[in-house]
Amino acid sequence: MNRKLLNRFYDRGFLFVGIFATSISLIFLLALLLDVIADGMGRLGWQFFANYPSRKPEEAGILSAWVGTVWVMVLTGCIAFPLGISSAIYLEEYSSKNWLTDIIEINIANLAGVPSIIYGLLGLGLFVRFLNMERSVIAGAMTLAILVLPIVILSTREAIKSIPPSIREASYALGASKWQTIRNQVLPSAMPGIMTGVILAMSRAAGETAPLITMGALTYVAFLPASPISSEFPYISIQGLFDAFTVLPIQIFNWVSRPQKGFAIDAAAGIIVLLIITFVMNAFAIYLRQKYQRKIRW
Amino acid sequence: MNNAFNIEKLNVFYGDKPALDDVNMEISQKAVTAVIGPSGCGKSTFIRCLNRMNDLIPVFRLEGSIKFNGTDIYSKDIDVIDIRRRVGMVFQKPNPFPKSIYENTAYGLRIQGIKNKSRLDGIVEASLKKAAIWDEVKDRLHQSALSLSGGQQQRLCIARAIAVEPEIILFDEPCSALDPIATAKIEDLITKLKDDYTVVIVTHNMQQAARVSDYTGFFMMGKLHEFDITKKIFTAPSNKMTEDYITGRFG
Ligand SMILES: Nc1ncnc2c1ncn2[C@@H]1O[C@H](COP(=O)(O)OP(=O)(O)OP(=O)(O)O)[C@@H](O)[C@H]1O
Ligand SMILES: [Mg+2]
Repeated sequence: MNRKLLNRFYDRGFLFVGIFATSISLIFLLALLLDVIADGMGRLGWQFFANYPSRKPEEAGILSAWVGTVWVMVLTGCIAFPLGISSAIYLEEYSSKNWLTDIIEINIANLAGVPSIIYGLLGLGLFVRFLNMERSVIAGAMTLAILVLPIVILSTREAIKSIPPSIREASYALGASKWQTIRNQVLPSAMPGIMTGVILAMSRAAGETAPLITMGALTYVAFLPASPISSEFPYISIQGLFDAFTVLPIQIFNWVSRPQKGFAIDAAAGIIVLLIITFVMNAFAIYLRQKYQRKIRW
Repeated sequence: MNNAFNIEKLNVFYGDKPALDDVNMEISQKAVTAVIGPSGCGKSTFIRCLNRMNDLIPVFRLEGSIKFNGTDIYSKDIDVIDIRRRVGMVFQKPNPFPKSIYENTAYGLRIQGIKNKSRLDGIVEASLKKAAIWDEVKDRLHQSALSLSGGQQQRLCIARAIAVEPEIILFDEPCSALDPIATAKIEDLITKLKDDYTVVIVTHNMQQAARVSDYTGFFMMGKLHEFDITKKIFTAPSNKMTEDYITGRFG
Protein backbone atom coordinates (compact mmCIF):
# COMPACT_ATOMS: atom_id res chain seq x y z
CA MET A 1 0.00 0.00 0.00
CA ASN A 2 1.38 3.44 -0.77
CA ARG A 3 1.63 6.25 1.74
CA LYS A 4 -1.39 8.17 0.53
CA LEU A 5 -3.71 5.20 0.68
CA LEU A 6 -2.41 4.32 4.11
CA ASN A 7 -3.08 7.84 5.37
CA ARG A 8 -6.55 7.76 3.92
CA PHE A 9 -7.08 4.42 5.62
CA TYR A 10 -6.01 5.85 8.99
CA ASP A 11 -8.20 8.90 8.48
CA ARG A 12 -11.24 6.79 7.78
CA GLY A 13 -10.36 4.39 10.55
CA PHE A 14 -10.08 7.12 13.10
CA LEU A 15 -13.32 8.71 11.97
CA PHE A 16 -15.04 5.38 12.38
CA VAL A 17 -13.62 4.78 15.86
CA GLY A 18 -14.59 8.30 16.88
CA ILE A 19 -18.16 7.97 15.70
CA PHE A 20 -18.42 4.56 17.31
CA ALA A 21 -17.15 5.80 20.69
CA THR A 22 -19.39 8.85 20.64
CA SER A 23 -22.49 6.87 19.73
CA ILE A 24 -21.84 4.27 22.42
CA SER A 25 -21.80 6.88 25.15
CA LEU A 26 -24.78 8.66 23.63
CA ILE A 27 -26.78 5.45 23.37
CA PHE A 28 -26.08 4.54 26.98
CA LEU A 29 -26.98 8.03 28.12
CA LEU A 30 -30.19 7.96 26.12
CA ALA A 31 -31.15 4.52 27.38
CA LEU A 32 -30.54 5.64 30.95
CA LEU A 33 -32.57 8.78 30.48
CA LEU A 34 -35.47 6.98 28.86
CA ASP A 35 -35.48 4.32 31.55
CA VAL A 36 -35.52 6.93 34.33
CA ILE A 37 -38.17 9.00 32.61
CA ALA A 38 -40.37 5.98 31.99
CA ASP A 39 -40.09 4.99 35.65
CA GLY A 40 -40.41 8.37 37.29
CA MET A 41 -42.44 10.62 35.05
CA GLY A 42 -45.76 9.51 36.47
CA ARG A 43 -44.67 10.41 39.99
CA LEU A 44 -43.85 14.04 39.16
CA GLY A 45 -46.56 16.34 40.34
CA TRP A 46 -47.32 19.10 42.77
CA GLN A 47 -47.50 16.68 45.68
CA PHE A 48 -44.07 15.29 44.98
CA PHE A 49 -42.50 18.73 45.44
CA ALA A 50 -44.66 19.73 48.40
CA ASN A 51 -44.38 16.60 50.53
CA TYR A 52 -41.75 15.57 53.03
CA PRO A 53 -40.32 12.07 52.72
CA SER A 54 -42.61 9.44 54.13
CA ARG A 55 -42.75 5.76 54.97
CA LYS A 56 -45.37 5.32 52.30
CA PRO A 57 -43.75 5.62 48.86
CA GLU A 58 -46.82 7.08 47.18
CA GLU A 59 -46.92 9.93 49.72
CA ALA A 60 -43.20 10.61 49.86
CA GLY A 61 -41.92 13.88 48.36
CA ILE A 62 -38.76 15.89 47.94
CA LEU A 63 -39.67 19.11 49.71
CA SER A 64 -36.83 19.02 52.23
CA ALA A 65 -34.46 17.72 49.57
CA TRP A 66 -35.01 20.34 46.91
CA VAL A 67 -35.11 23.17 49.43
CA GLY A 68 -31.86 21.81 50.91
CA THR A 69 -30.31 21.59 47.45
CA VAL A 70 -31.22 25.19 46.67
CA TRP A 71 -29.87 26.33 50.05
CA VAL A 72 -26.61 24.46 49.60
CA MET A 73 -26.17 25.50 46.00
CA VAL A 74 -26.73 29.19 46.63
CA LEU A 75 -24.54 29.21 49.74
CA THR A 76 -21.80 27.28 47.97
CA GLY A 77 -21.89 29.84 45.18
CA CYS A 78 -21.81 32.72 47.66
CA ILE A 79 -18.76 31.29 49.43
CA ALA A 80 -16.85 30.02 46.40
CA PHE A 81 -17.45 33.14 44.29
CA PRO A 82 -15.53 35.74 46.38
CA LEU A 83 -12.86 33.26 47.49
CA GLY A 84 -12.29 31.90 44.00
CA ILE A 85 -12.20 35.28 42.32
CA SER A 86 -9.84 36.78 44.87
CA SER A 87 -7.45 33.85 44.62
CA ALA A 88 -7.55 33.99 40.84
CA ILE A 89 -6.90 37.74 40.80
CA TYR A 90 -4.03 37.32 43.21
CA LEU A 91 -2.47 34.49 41.21
CA GLU A 92 -3.04 36.12 37.84
CA GLU A 93 -2.27 39.76 38.61
CA TYR A 94 -0.31 40.16 41.82
CA SER A 95 1.75 37.10 42.67
CA SER A 96 5.30 37.13 41.46
CA LYS A 97 6.28 34.04 39.57
CA ASN A 98 8.41 31.94 41.87
CA TRP A 99 8.58 28.36 43.10
CA LEU A 100 5.94 29.00 45.76
CA THR A 101 3.31 30.23 43.30
CA ASP A 102 4.29 27.39 40.96
CA ILE A 103 3.52 24.92 43.73
CA ILE A 104 0.23 26.66 44.51
CA GLU A 105 -0.75 26.56 40.86
CA ILE A 106 0.08 22.89 40.41
CA ASN A 107 -1.84 22.07 43.56
CA ILE A 108 -4.93 23.94 42.48
CA ALA A 109 -4.94 22.02 39.24
CA ASN A 110 -4.46 18.78 41.20
CA LEU A 111 -7.18 19.61 43.71
CA ALA A 112 -9.71 19.65 40.88
CA GLY A 113 -9.00 15.93 40.51
CA VAL A 114 -9.13 14.85 44.16
CA PRO A 115 -11.98 12.39 44.86
CA SER A 116 -14.89 14.24 46.40
CA ILE A 117 -15.12 11.92 49.39
CA ILE A 118 -11.80 13.34 50.60
CA TYR A 119 -13.46 16.73 50.79
CA GLY A 120 -16.22 15.10 52.82
CA LEU A 121 -13.63 13.88 55.32
CA LEU A 122 -12.13 17.36 55.45
CA GLY A 123 -15.56 18.85 56.07
CA LEU A 124 -16.27 16.30 58.78
CA GLY A 125 -12.97 16.92 60.54
CA LEU A 126 -12.74 20.67 60.11
CA PHE A 127 -16.25 22.11 60.03
CA VAL A 128 -18.43 19.53 61.74
CA ARG A 129 -16.06 18.44 64.50
CA PHE A 130 -13.35 21.04 64.99
CA LEU A 131 -15.42 24.16 64.37
CA ASN A 132 -18.45 22.55 65.94
CA MET A 133 -20.81 23.46 63.16
CA GLU A 134 -22.72 20.19 63.45
CA ARG A 135 -24.25 18.76 60.31
CA SER A 136 -25.58 22.12 59.29
CA VAL A 137 -26.35 23.69 55.93
CA ILE A 138 -23.38 26.01 56.35
CA ALA A 139 -20.97 23.15 57.08
CA GLY A 140 -22.20 21.36 53.98
CA ALA A 141 -21.97 24.46 51.83
CA MET A 142 -18.45 25.22 53.05
CA THR A 143 -17.36 21.70 52.29
CA LEU A 144 -18.78 21.88 48.79
CA ALA A 145 -17.37 25.38 48.32
CA ILE A 146 -13.87 24.02 48.94
CA LEU A 147 -14.65 21.18 46.56
CA VAL A 148 -15.62 23.53 43.72
CA LEU A 149 -13.07 26.25 44.49
CA PRO A 150 -10.52 24.88 42.00
CA ILE A 151 -13.14 25.05 39.24
CA VAL A 152 -13.93 28.67 40.05
CA ILE A 153 -10.27 29.64 40.33
CA LEU A 154 -9.26 27.95 37.09
CA SER A 155 -12.15 29.34 35.07
CA THR A 156 -11.63 32.84 36.49
CA ARG A 157 -7.95 32.71 35.60
CA GLU A 158 -8.82 31.63 32.08
CA ALA A 159 -11.29 34.50 31.81
CA ILE A 160 -8.73 37.01 33.09
CA LYS A 161 -6.05 35.66 30.77
CA SER A 162 -8.33 36.12 27.77
CA ILE A 163 -8.49 39.90 28.25
CA PRO A 164 -6.17 41.32 25.60
CA PRO A 165 -3.12 43.17 26.96
CA SER A 166 -4.00 46.17 24.79
CA ILE A 167 -6.96 46.92 27.08
CA ARG A 168 -4.76 46.91 30.16
CA GLU A 169 -2.19 49.09 28.41
CA ALA A 170 -4.88 51.58 27.42
CA SER A 171 -5.98 51.81 31.03
CA TYR A 172 -2.48 52.16 32.45
CA ALA A 173 -1.57 54.73 29.82
CA LEU A 174 -4.39 56.96 31.08
CA GLY A 175 -2.94 56.92 34.58
CA ALA A 176 -4.98 54.11 36.08
CA SER A 177 -3.53 52.19 38.98
CA LYS A 178 -3.31 48.44 38.93
CA TRP A 179 -6.40 48.01 41.04
CA GLN A 180 -8.37 50.53 38.95
CA THR A 181 -7.40 48.62 35.84
CA ILE A 182 -8.48 45.31 37.34
CA ARG A 183 -11.67 46.75 38.77
CA ASN A 184 -12.78 48.79 35.74
CA GLN A 185 -11.47 46.81 32.79
CA VAL A 186 -10.34 43.30 33.62
CA LEU A 187 -13.15 42.16 35.90
CA PRO A 188 -16.10 43.52 33.88
CA SER A 189 -14.76 41.97 30.71
CA ALA A 190 -13.97 38.71 32.45
CA MET A 191 -17.27 38.54 34.32
CA PRO A 192 -19.21 36.39 31.81
CA GLY A 193 -16.40 33.83 31.88
CA ILE A 194 -16.27 33.99 35.67
CA MET A 195 -20.04 33.57 35.97
CA THR A 196 -19.92 30.60 33.64
CA GLY A 197 -17.39 28.97 35.93
CA VAL A 198 -19.39 29.76 39.06
CA ILE A 199 -22.61 28.36 37.62
CA LEU A 200 -20.87 25.19 36.49
CA ALA A 201 -19.38 24.91 39.96
CA MET A 202 -22.82 25.32 41.56
CA SER A 203 -24.31 22.70 39.32
CA ARG A 204 -21.48 20.38 40.26
CA ALA A 205 -22.20 21.09 43.91
CA ALA A 206 -25.88 20.27 43.36
CA GLY A 207 -25.01 16.79 42.20
CA GLU A 208 -22.43 15.87 44.83
CA THR A 209 -23.44 13.19 47.30
CA ALA A 210 -20.37 11.51 48.72
CA PRO A 211 -18.88 14.45 50.63
CA LEU A 212 -22.19 15.33 52.24
CA ILE A 213 -22.87 11.78 53.31
CA THR A 214 -19.33 11.53 54.65
CA MET A 215 -19.77 14.61 56.74
CA GLY A 216 -22.99 13.16 58.04
CA ALA A 217 -25.83 14.98 56.32
CA LEU A 218 -29.06 13.30 57.29
CA THR A 219 -30.85 11.02 54.88
CA TYR A 220 -34.28 11.46 56.38
CA VAL A 221 -35.33 15.04 57.06
CA ALA A 222 -38.93 16.03 57.67
CA PHE A 223 -38.41 19.73 58.26
CA LEU A 224 -36.94 22.72 56.44
CA PRO A 225 -34.06 24.97 57.50
CA ALA A 226 -35.42 28.17 59.02
CA SER A 227 -36.41 30.62 56.33
CA PRO A 228 -33.86 33.33 55.57
CA ILE A 229 -36.66 35.92 55.52
CA SER A 230 -38.28 36.71 58.85
CA SER A 231 -41.30 38.79 59.72
CA GLU A 232 -39.44 40.76 62.36
CA PHE A 233 -36.68 43.30 62.07
CA PRO A 234 -34.09 42.96 60.46
CA TYR A 235 -36.20 40.73 58.21
CA ILE A 236 -33.37 38.40 57.35
CA SER A 237 -32.40 35.48 59.48
CA ILE A 238 -29.30 33.35 59.41
CA GLN A 239 -30.82 30.74 61.71
CA GLY A 240 -31.37 28.45 58.73
CA LEU A 241 -27.63 28.19 58.16
CA PHE A 242 -27.23 26.14 61.29
CA ASP A 243 -30.12 23.75 60.73
CA ALA A 244 -29.73 20.19 59.58
CA PHE A 245 -30.56 19.51 55.96
CA THR A 246 -30.70 16.97 53.21
CA VAL A 247 -30.23 17.36 49.46
CA LEU A 248 -31.68 15.72 46.38
CA PRO A 249 -28.90 13.23 45.66
CA ILE A 250 -28.94 12.03 49.26
CA GLN A 251 -32.71 11.65 49.17
CA ILE A 252 -32.40 9.69 45.94
CA PHE A 253 -29.66 7.55 47.44
CA ASN A 254 -31.88 6.85 50.41
CA TRP A 255 -34.82 5.78 48.24
CA VAL A 256 -32.73 3.64 45.96
CA SER A 257 -31.49 1.63 48.91
CA ARG A 258 -35.06 0.77 50.02
CA PRO A 259 -36.48 -2.60 49.00
CA GLN A 260 -40.02 -1.44 48.13
CA LYS A 261 -40.76 -0.96 44.46
CA GLY A 262 -42.57 2.32 45.11
CA PHE A 263 -39.41 4.00 46.37
CA ALA A 264 -37.61 3.08 43.17
CA ILE A 265 -40.22 5.15 41.36
CA ASP A 266 -39.71 8.02 43.80
CA ALA A 267 -35.98 7.78 43.18
CA ALA A 268 -36.48 7.93 39.42
CA ALA A 269 -38.67 11.01 39.78
CA GLY A 270 -36.04 12.62 42.03
CA ILE A 271 -33.37 11.87 39.46
CA ILE A 272 -35.43 13.61 36.79
CA VAL A 273 -35.65 16.73 38.99
CA LEU A 274 -31.92 16.67 39.71
CA LEU A 275 -31.13 16.20 36.04
CA ILE A 276 -33.34 19.11 35.09
CA ILE A 277 -31.65 21.35 37.66
CA THR A 278 -28.14 20.55 36.44
CA PHE A 279 -29.24 20.68 32.82
CA VAL A 280 -30.80 24.12 33.21
CA MET A 281 -27.76 25.46 35.08
CA ASN A 282 -25.35 24.14 32.46
CA ALA A 283 -27.50 25.47 29.66
CA PHE A 284 -27.52 28.87 31.32
CA ALA A 285 -23.74 28.80 31.68
CA ILE A 286 -23.34 27.92 28.00
CA TYR A 287 -25.81 30.63 27.02
CA LEU A 288 -23.85 33.23 28.99
CA ARG A 289 -20.60 32.19 27.38
CA GLN A 290 -22.07 32.21 23.86
CA LYS A 291 -23.77 35.55 24.32
CA TYR A 292 -20.72 37.40 25.52
CA GLN A 293 -18.30 35.69 23.21
CA ARG A 294 -20.26 37.13 20.33
CA LYS A 295 -20.73 40.52 21.90
CA ILE A 296 -17.16 41.31 22.90
CA ARG A 297 -14.91 41.62 19.90
CA TRP A 298 -11.60 43.32 20.38
CA MET B 1 14.53 75.21 29.34
CA ASN B 2 12.36 74.32 26.40
CA ASN B 3 12.96 70.60 26.18
CA ALA B 4 10.16 68.29 27.25
CA PHE B 5 12.54 65.36 27.61
CA ASN B 6 16.28 65.16 28.08
CA ILE B 7 17.44 61.62 27.49
CA GLU B 8 20.98 60.76 28.48
CA LYS B 9 22.96 57.55 28.07
CA LEU B 10 19.80 55.50 27.83
CA ASN B 11 20.43 51.74 27.79
CA VAL B 12 17.58 49.27 27.84
CA PHE B 13 17.65 45.51 28.23
CA TYR B 14 15.04 42.79 28.01
CA GLY B 15 16.61 40.23 30.30
CA ASP B 16 20.20 40.09 29.07
CA LYS B 17 19.31 41.21 25.56
CA PRO B 18 20.12 44.86 24.88
CA ALA B 19 17.37 46.77 23.07
CA LEU B 20 18.62 50.36 23.25
CA ASP B 21 22.27 51.30 23.25
CA ASP B 22 23.47 54.65 24.59
CA VAL B 23 20.67 56.84 23.28
CA ASN B 24 21.00 60.59 23.84
CA MET B 25 18.20 62.81 22.67
CA GLU B 26 16.41 66.03 23.41
CA ILE B 27 12.72 66.30 22.67
CA SER B 28 11.48 69.86 22.17
CA GLN B 29 8.30 71.20 23.64
CA LYS B 30 5.29 71.94 21.44
CA ALA B 31 6.86 70.25 18.47
CA VAL B 32 6.44 66.93 16.68
CA THR B 33 9.37 64.56 16.95
CA ALA B 34 9.31 61.52 14.68
CA VAL B 35 11.09 58.26 15.40
CA ILE B 36 11.91 56.14 12.37
CA GLY B 37 13.94 53.03 11.70
CA PRO B 38 13.67 49.43 10.52
CA SER B 39 11.47 46.93 12.30
CA GLY B 40 12.88 45.70 15.61
CA CYS B 41 15.33 48.58 16.00
CA GLY B 42 13.81 49.66 19.32
CA LYS B 43 11.40 52.46 18.37
CA SER B 44 8.55 51.14 20.48
CA THR B 45 10.92 50.32 23.30
CA PHE B 46 12.19 53.88 23.22
CA ILE B 47 8.83 55.61 23.14
CA ARG B 48 7.44 53.33 25.86
CA CYS B 49 10.29 54.39 28.14
CA LEU B 50 8.91 57.93 28.08
CA ASN B 51 5.70 57.08 29.94
CA ARG B 52 7.12 54.10 31.82
CA MET B 53 4.87 51.71 29.93
CA ASN B 54 7.74 49.23 29.85
CA ASP B 55 7.41 48.82 33.59
CA LEU B 56 4.69 46.29 32.76
CA ILE B 57 7.29 43.98 31.23
CA PRO B 58 8.94 41.94 33.98
CA VAL B 59 12.30 41.47 32.23
CA PHE B 60 12.63 45.15 31.30
CA ARG B 61 15.69 46.96 32.71
CA LEU B 62 16.87 50.52 32.14
CA GLU B 63 20.10 52.45 32.68
CA GLY B 64 20.76 56.14 32.16
CA SER B 65 18.37 58.98 32.72
CA ILE B 66 15.21 60.38 31.18
CA LYS B 67 14.42 63.84 32.48
CA PHE B 68 10.89 65.12 31.96
CA ASN B 69 10.74 68.88 32.57
CA GLY B 70 13.95 68.45 34.51
CA THR B 71 12.97 65.57 36.81
CA ASP B 72 14.20 62.05 36.29
CA ILE B 73 11.10 59.91 35.72
CA TYR B 74 12.97 56.76 36.71
CA SER B 75 14.11 58.03 40.09
CA LYS B 76 12.75 56.18 43.10
CA ASP B 77 10.34 58.75 44.52
CA ILE B 78 8.52 59.39 41.24
CA ASP B 79 4.78 58.67 41.03
CA VAL B 80 4.39 56.50 37.92
CA ILE B 81 0.68 57.17 37.72
CA ASP B 82 1.31 60.90 37.61
CA ILE B 83 3.86 60.44 34.81
CA ARG B 84 1.42 58.35 32.77
CA ARG B 85 -1.26 60.98 33.23
CA ARG B 86 1.02 63.73 32.02
CA VAL B 87 2.48 61.68 29.18
CA GLY B 88 -0.40 60.22 27.19
CA MET B 89 -0.11 57.45 24.65
CA VAL B 90 -1.92 56.30 21.53
CA PHE B 91 -1.18 52.76 20.37
CA GLN B 92 -0.64 51.09 17.04
CA LYS B 93 -3.92 49.21 17.05
CA PRO B 94 -6.94 51.23 18.14
CA ASN B 95 -7.80 49.85 21.59
CA PRO B 96 -11.04 51.41 22.84
CA PHE B 97 -12.55 49.88 25.96
CA PRO B 98 -15.66 47.76 25.39
CA LYS B 99 -17.75 50.63 26.71
CA SER B 100 -19.65 53.55 25.26
CA ILE B 101 -17.95 56.37 23.37
CA TYR B 102 -18.71 58.70 26.26
CA GLU B 103 -17.31 56.35 28.89
CA ASN B 104 -14.17 55.78 26.85
CA THR B 105 -13.48 59.48 26.74
CA ALA B 106 -14.36 60.01 30.39
CA TYR B 107 -12.40 57.03 31.70
CA GLY B 108 -9.21 58.89 32.56
CA LEU B 109 -11.23 61.51 34.44
CA ARG B 110 -13.37 59.01 36.30
CA ILE B 111 -10.34 57.19 37.64
CA GLN B 112 -9.12 60.53 38.97
CA GLY B 113 -12.35 60.64 40.92
CA ILE B 114 -14.10 63.34 38.89
CA LYS B 115 -17.82 62.71 39.20
CA ASN B 116 -19.40 66.05 38.37
CA LYS B 117 -21.66 65.32 35.40
CA SER B 118 -21.57 68.72 33.74
CA ARG B 119 -17.81 68.94 34.13
CA LEU B 120 -17.40 65.48 32.57
CA ASP B 121 -19.81 66.39 29.76
CA GLY B 122 -17.80 69.50 29.03
CA ILE B 123 -14.43 67.77 28.92
CA VAL B 124 -15.77 64.87 26.88
CA GLU B 125 -17.19 67.24 24.28
CA ALA B 126 -14.06 69.40 24.17
CA SER B 127 -11.79 66.36 23.83
CA LEU B 128 -13.87 64.78 21.08
CA LYS B 129 -13.84 68.11 19.25
CA LYS B 130 -10.08 68.44 19.58
CA ALA B 131 -9.72 64.94 18.20
CA ALA B 132 -11.90 65.92 15.23
CA ILE B 133 -14.45 63.21 15.82
CA TRP B 134 -17.22 65.12 17.62
CA ASP B 135 -19.40 65.64 14.56
CA GLU B 136 -19.32 61.95 13.75
CA VAL B 137 -20.26 60.74 17.21
CA LYS B 138 -22.22 63.50 18.90
CA ASP B 139 -25.54 61.73 18.28
CA ARG B 140 -24.35 58.36 19.52
CA LEU B 141 -22.20 59.12 22.54
CA HIS B 142 -23.75 56.28 24.49
CA GLN B 143 -23.28 53.63 21.85
CA SER B 144 -20.46 51.12 22.11
CA ALA B 145 -17.09 52.40 20.95
CA LEU B 146 -16.58 49.06 19.22
CA SER B 147 -19.24 50.04 16.69
CA LEU B 148 -16.94 52.74 15.28
CA SER B 149 -14.68 52.25 12.26
CA GLY B 150 -10.96 51.72 12.82
CA GLY B 151 -10.10 55.31 11.98
CA GLN B 152 -12.83 56.64 14.23
CA GLN B 153 -11.70 54.33 17.02
CA GLN B 154 -8.18 55.70 16.71
CA ARG B 155 -9.41 59.28 16.93
CA LEU B 156 -11.51 58.28 19.93
CA CYS B 157 -8.32 56.92 21.52
CA ILE B 158 -6.70 60.28 20.86
CA ALA B 159 -9.67 62.06 22.43
CA ARG B 160 -9.41 59.73 25.40
CA ALA B 161 -5.74 60.64 25.78
CA ILE B 162 -6.44 64.38 25.42
CA ALA B 163 -9.23 64.29 28.02
CA VAL B 164 -6.78 63.92 30.92
CA GLU B 165 -4.90 67.01 29.69
CA PRO B 166 -1.45 65.54 29.25
CA GLU B 167 1.56 67.63 28.33
CA ILE B 168 2.93 65.07 25.91
CA ILE B 169 1.21 62.62 23.60
CA LEU B 170 3.14 59.59 22.35
CA PHE B 171 1.99 57.88 19.17
CA ASP B 172 3.29 54.41 18.33
CA GLU B 173 2.54 53.88 14.64
CA PRO B 174 -0.97 55.28 15.02
CA CYS B 175 -1.90 54.86 11.37
CA SER B 176 -0.51 51.47 10.50
CA ALA B 177 -3.92 49.83 10.84
CA LEU B 178 -5.78 52.56 8.92
CA ASP B 179 -6.63 53.36 5.30
CA PRO B 180 -5.19 56.45 3.54
CA ILE B 181 -8.18 58.68 4.25
CA ALA B 182 -8.26 57.87 7.94
CA THR B 183 -4.49 58.29 7.97
CA ALA B 184 -4.76 61.76 6.46
CA LYS B 185 -7.25 62.74 9.15
CA ILE B 186 -4.95 61.59 11.92
CA GLU B 187 -1.95 63.34 10.37
CA ASP B 188 -3.98 66.52 10.15
CA LEU B 189 -4.89 66.14 13.75
CA ILE B 190 -1.29 65.60 14.84
CA THR B 191 -0.08 68.77 13.16
CA LYS B 192 -2.83 70.67 14.98
CA LEU B 193 -2.05 69.05 18.30
CA LYS B 194 1.43 70.49 18.42
CA ASP B 195 0.01 73.93 19.22
CA ASP B 196 -0.88 72.60 22.65
CA TYR B 197 1.11 69.44 23.11
CA THR B 198 4.51 67.95 22.64
CA VAL B 199 4.15 65.03 20.25
CA VAL B 200 6.41 62.03 19.73
CA ILE B 201 5.43 59.73 16.89
CA VAL B 202 6.85 56.41 15.76
CA THR B 203 6.21 55.72 12.10
CA HIS B 204 7.23 53.39 9.32
CA ASN B 205 5.98 55.81 6.75
CA MET B 206 8.73 58.17 5.55
CA GLN B 207 6.29 60.58 3.93
CA GLN B 208 4.37 60.72 7.15
CA ALA B 209 7.48 61.58 9.15
CA ALA B 210 8.39 64.23 6.58
CA ARG B 211 4.87 65.68 6.57
CA VAL B 212 4.08 65.91 10.25
CA SER B 213 7.33 66.20 12.16
CA ASP B 214 9.73 68.98 13.05
CA TYR B 215 12.49 66.70 14.28
CA THR B 216 13.35 63.19 13.28
CA GLY B 217 15.43 60.53 14.97
CA PHE B 218 16.68 57.56 13.01
CA PHE B 219 17.20 54.37 15.03
CA MET B 220 18.99 51.27 13.95
CA MET B 221 19.72 48.19 16.01
CA GLY B 222 19.09 50.01 19.23
CA LYS B 223 21.27 53.00 18.42
CA LEU B 224 20.14 56.51 17.59
CA HIS B 225 22.12 56.99 14.40
CA GLU B 226 21.01 60.45 13.52
CA PHE B 227 18.82 63.05 15.11
CA ASP B 228 18.13 66.42 13.53
CA ILE B 229 15.58 68.78 12.08
CA THR B 230 13.29 66.78 9.83
CA LYS B 231 14.08 68.87 6.80
CA LYS B 232 17.76 68.21 7.21
CA ILE B 233 17.28 64.48 7.71
CA PHE B 234 15.21 64.16 4.58
CA THR B 235 17.24 66.44 2.34
CA ALA B 236 20.80 66.21 3.53
CA PRO B 237 21.33 63.38 6.03
CA SER B 238 24.83 63.32 7.38
CA ASN B 239 24.81 59.59 7.92
CA LYS B 240 25.01 57.17 5.00
CA MET B 241 22.74 54.67 6.67
CA THR B 242 20.04 57.27 7.26
CA GLU B 243 20.13 58.15 3.61
CA ASP B 244 19.90 54.51 2.56
CA TYR B 245 16.96 53.98 4.86
CA ILE B 246 14.88 56.98 3.89
CA THR B 247 15.45 56.44 0.21
CA GLY B 248 14.14 52.95 0.70
CA ARG B 249 17.30 51.01 0.01
CA PHE B 250 16.63 48.79 3.02
CA GLY B 251 14.29 48.45 5.97
N1 LIG C 1 8.60 42.32 25.85
C1 LIG C 1 9.77 42.04 25.25
N2 LIG C 1 10.55 41.06 25.74
C2 LIG C 1 11.71 40.77 25.15
N3 LIG C 1 12.20 41.39 24.07
C3 LIG C 1 11.46 42.38 23.53
C4 LIG C 1 10.21 42.76 24.10
N4 LIG C 1 9.70 43.78 23.37
C5 LIG C 1 10.60 44.01 22.38
N5 LIG C 1 11.66 43.18 22.48
C6 LIG C 1 12.83 43.17 21.60
O1 LIG C 1 13.41 44.44 21.60
C7 LIG C 1 13.80 44.81 20.29
C8 LIG C 1 13.17 46.14 19.91
O2 LIG C 1 11.77 45.95 19.82
P1 LIG C 1 10.76 47.13 19.52
O3 LIG C 1 9.38 46.61 19.69
O4 LIG C 1 11.13 48.28 20.34
O5 LIG C 1 11.05 47.42 17.99
P2 LIG C 1 10.33 48.43 16.99
O6 LIG C 1 11.36 49.29 16.43
O7 LIG C 1 9.18 49.06 17.64
O8 LIG C 1 9.82 47.45 15.86
P3 LIG C 1 8.51 47.55 14.95
O9 LIG C 1 8.81 48.58 13.93
O10 LIG C 1 8.39 46.20 14.35
O11 LIG C 1 7.38 47.91 15.85
C9 LIG C 1 13.40 43.68 19.37
O12 LIG C 1 14.56 42.89 19.12
C10 LIG C 1 12.41 42.90 20.17
O13 LIG C 1 12.50 41.54 19.86
MG1 LIG D 1 7.03 48.98 17.39
